[in-house]
Amino acid sequence: MDTEQIANGVALDIPVPVLPKQSARDFASTADVRWCPGCGDYAILAQVQRTLPDFDRKKEDYVFVSGIGCSSRFPYYMNCYGIHSIHGRAPAVASGLKVMRPDLSVWIVTGDGDGLSIGGNHLMHLLRRNFDCNLLLFNNRIYGLTKGQYSPTSEEGKKTKSTPFGSVDHPINPVLLALGCETTFVSRTIDREGKHQQEMYRRAYHHKGSSFVEIYQNCNIFNDGAFENLTDKKVKSDNVIAIEHGKPLVFGLNDDKGIKLDGFRPVVVSLTDGSHTVDDLLVYDETNHELAYIIARLTDNPGFPVPIGIFLAVHRETYEDLAQRQLAYAKEKLGPGDLDEILNEGDTWVVS
Amino acid sequence: MRFSGDRLRLSPHALITNLEGLMDTTLEVLDQVVIRFAGDSGDGMQLTGGQFTQTSAIVGNDLATLPDFPAEIRAPAGTTYGVSAYQLNFSSLDIHTPGDAPDVLVAMNPAAMITNLGMLKRGGTIIVNSDAFDKKNLDLAGYTSNPLDDGSLSGYQVFSLPLSKGTLAAVEGLGLSTKEAGRCKNFYTLGLLYWIYNRPLDTTMKWIDEKFGKKPQFAEANRKALIAGYNLGETVDLFTTRYDVKPAKLTPGKYRNIMGNQAVALGMVAACQKTGLQGFLGSYPITPASDILHEMSRFKQFGFVTFQAEDEIAAITSAIGAAYGGALAFTTTSGPGVALKGEAIGLAVMTETPIVICNIQRGGPSTGLPTKTEQADLLQALYGRNGECPVPVVAAQTPGDCFYALLEAARIATKFMTPVFLLTDGYLANGAEPWRIPAAADLPDMKVQFHTDPDTFHPYDRNEWNARPWAVPGTPGLEHRIGGLEKENITGNINYGSENHEAMVKLRAAKVAGIANDIPELEILGDQEGGDLLILGWGSTYGAIRAAVERKREQGYSVSQAHLRHLNPLPRNTAEVLWKFKHVAIPEMNMGQLLKVIRAEFLVDAEGWNKVQGLPFFASEIEARIAQTLSPRN
Repeated sequence: MDTEQIANGVALDIPVPVLPKQSARDFASTADVRWCPGCGDYAILAQVQRTLPDFDRKKEDYVFVSGIGCSSRFPYYMNCYGIHSIHGRAPAVASGLKVMRPDLSVWIVTGDGDGLSIGGNHLMHLLRRNFDCNLLLFNNRIYGLTKGQYSPTSEEGKKTKSTPFGSVDHPINPVLLALGCETTFVSRTIDREGKHQQEMYRRAYHHKGSSFVEIYQNCNIFNDGAFENLTDKKVKSDNVIAIEHGKPLVFGLNDDKGIKLDGFRPVVVSLTDGSHTVDDLLVYDETNHELAYIIARLTDNPGFPVPIGIFLAVHRETYEDLAQRQLAYAKEKLGPGDLDEILNEGDTWVVS
Repeated sequence: MRFSGDRLRLSPHALITNLEGLMDTTLEVLDQVVIRFAGDSGDGMQLTGGQFTQTSAIVGNDLATLPDFPAEIRAPAGTTYGVSAYQLNFSSLDIHTPGDAPDVLVAMNPAAMITNLGMLKRGGTIIVNSDAFDKKNLDLAGYTSNPLDDGSLSGYQVFSLPLSKGTLAAVEGLGLSTKEAGRCKNFYTLGLLYWIYNRPLDTTMKWIDEKFGKKPQFAEANRKALIAGYNLGETVDLFTTRYDVKPAKLTPGKYRNIMGNQAVALGMVAACQKTGLQGFLGSYPITPASDILHEMSRFKQFGFVTFQAEDEIAAITSAIGAAYGGALAFTTTSGPGVALKGEAIGLAVMTETPIVICNIQRGGPSTGLPTKTEQADLLQALYGRNGECPVPVVAAQTPGDCFYALLEAARIATKFMTPVFLLTDGYLANGAEPWRIPAAADLPDMKVQFHTDPDTFHPYDRNEWNARPWAVPGTPGLEHRIGGLEKENITGNINYGSENHEAMVKLRAAKVAGIANDIPELEILGDQEGGDLLILGWGSTYGAIRAAVERKREQGYSVSQAHLRHLNPLPRNTAEVLWKFKHVAIPEMNMGQLLKVIRAEFLVDAEGWNKVQGLPFFASEIEARIAQTLSPRN
């Protein structure tokens, strides 16, 4: 099956919608949106609101869970159920919710500070357990809500309010972290790429298991232009490569460049100087863990474009399914629980 | 002479009375015996004590136990810091504590002797494993001479027996290694104690069969060791008296033996059934609370979900998520875990989400005394969060009472839409008592109704108890957002307004304070019209205070007891009760935490009787304080 089929739900046995058609407006709450004008969060909100109506699910069956930070205000703007919890803990809140309510579509909205710094522990455990949740990590490489300190994804040497001499922290690559947790769906997109975002959200929604979506998001107040070279029309095609399952890794203006593997080492080759053709290029396979790692390592690697798209999409049983199955097994083996029986368990005696 | 195991298993007592050639033993009836089993962590003293407890419970004695073990799992053999002890008080009377000074000390090695001898009653009985009193063990314990032959134990009745050698002989020929054979010595010792105290072997025999069912060789060895120990009593020519402790006159009913952590776990299952909700426990392993997680993980047939979270914070936040989804959610921990959960408890207060936080208290601060008991987290439960953050607090007073205290915590949480603390402690958690088994049908109904009507729905609407509606995701038309930012009443919208904030702070306080109208009044056990001295307690001090007050009242002292189940809010008549008495004393296993609250709330010049040793109060300690404070009336 090709990516398009999966994306369109053809191969996934998704029922034909029977609900009255919902619109983006149905998913917009009446709360005033309070992000700074020009913030990349607006674009993400709009694309999520635009994507959800396409799924055959009523709005009361969506829950948005967030922690603390600019991105974490997201649930207030969605006309669904939502919890704006505490800093870093959204994945843990979502874990408890999802295991008890597998029927709900649970979305976690977090940022590079919330999800990778204070909440790194919970993020890791949600992903390795493979809860069927969609985790949107807004990565703006800065702390916005606390007004401009460096974050775990800020580049080395970055000068911020808390690092006037430049940061000495080595940044984390969120996609590599997610791959390290053996997340079953790992992807990256950019706030300015509307169509690409929608595609990632659609695939994330349909993926059964933890779906990790890193979204490069511009903070126009404290870190403006952090991703300019990936979004500026003049240069972006040389700096970004959109990876797609089953397709060769081509990028550049007029698709003039590509990536091939030299042993295990990726190299950029020209498709115009006669040395290579498209047939020499690496064909991406989203079910290949090793490939996902190699390509994720291109990120911020001088001389290489930054990859976006789906790094990995594989199947593994979800935590909640396994947990529910144990409950069913216990019920079958031991019979439905009888309170009197366990109260009277073990040695008893009668006093008359 | 030896009996065959099979014959003995059928009816040990019948057999013994028919034996020929035995020396005469007399049978003396006692009201009460306190035994303390002490040995290396690897000697199996907790198991031995537990078995003696179970057998005594089935014989019909009232009992109370105090396991006292080190934080180390297997400290080096023979060291004093590796000593593990288990104290048991069994009686034909109604008793309330594991006993002050033991009548009998079972010491499996010199380290156990040196660390426990000081507690033994003057003239008490010591049963020692003489095989363990070699130079190496004596050195490790810090003895410069062997107490078994230097005369230092002349004030006690000492039975020095080669328990290790006896065990090896008993299991000889079963193909066990010397090490494996040696491990059976706790059952050999237990057998001897069963003989001395005239207990049947069948409960332990059954337990051995169940426990070692898959290892018949070990089952056989332990059975043989138990029987051989029992026979040793007959044959050793040392014991001239056997003792009997008759059944206690307990309230009629069906009983089992129960430990506090078991009772909390059963309470969780009962609370789910009575509220009609599916249960969830988010927990991170921590001593002495972990056993609740273990217990609950067995109850999947009830649809109960246990989630061993990645840390204490995830344990409570997953519970908040589960409760948001409509589950009856619990988290279990001890003091250090509560410290980590503080921010999340605030979230549950702000979002008015019902969860029950069980703090099985231990000695603090920091890692403190993980395996020892303390009551020093009361102020943490009451105040240990940022902001004005009132949380109802319920405390259990005996191991069996943990069941009812948990039910009460769950009732308050779901009725008032609030997180609730349940406080127990290490003493209740691991201590045991006979427990009259309730019928599920007799437990109070606590049915929960979720809000479903979109026409009348506001997320922060209030009922007559100031509780907001519980509306769960998936309910059409009730889509709403909650979170940690300050709310506006009724609408639940974010509101940073100064007057709104003050109003909401007062509303949250009033909601919790209003629970006082939904809980029983504080009872006086003693002089209803007041008297010279009231002993006000909370939590696990109940038994020691009860025992002391009963004895002193018999001696004519004007002393009464009142014991708080609810620490927040306090019962509505608390002031009235306190003001009836000339003096109020508050015994606590802390530096005076309830004392501070009582003095602050009621301007009562109460006196703190405090003990912070990682050990429960002895009734005698409280009696002594009563005697210091008062003179008898007659």
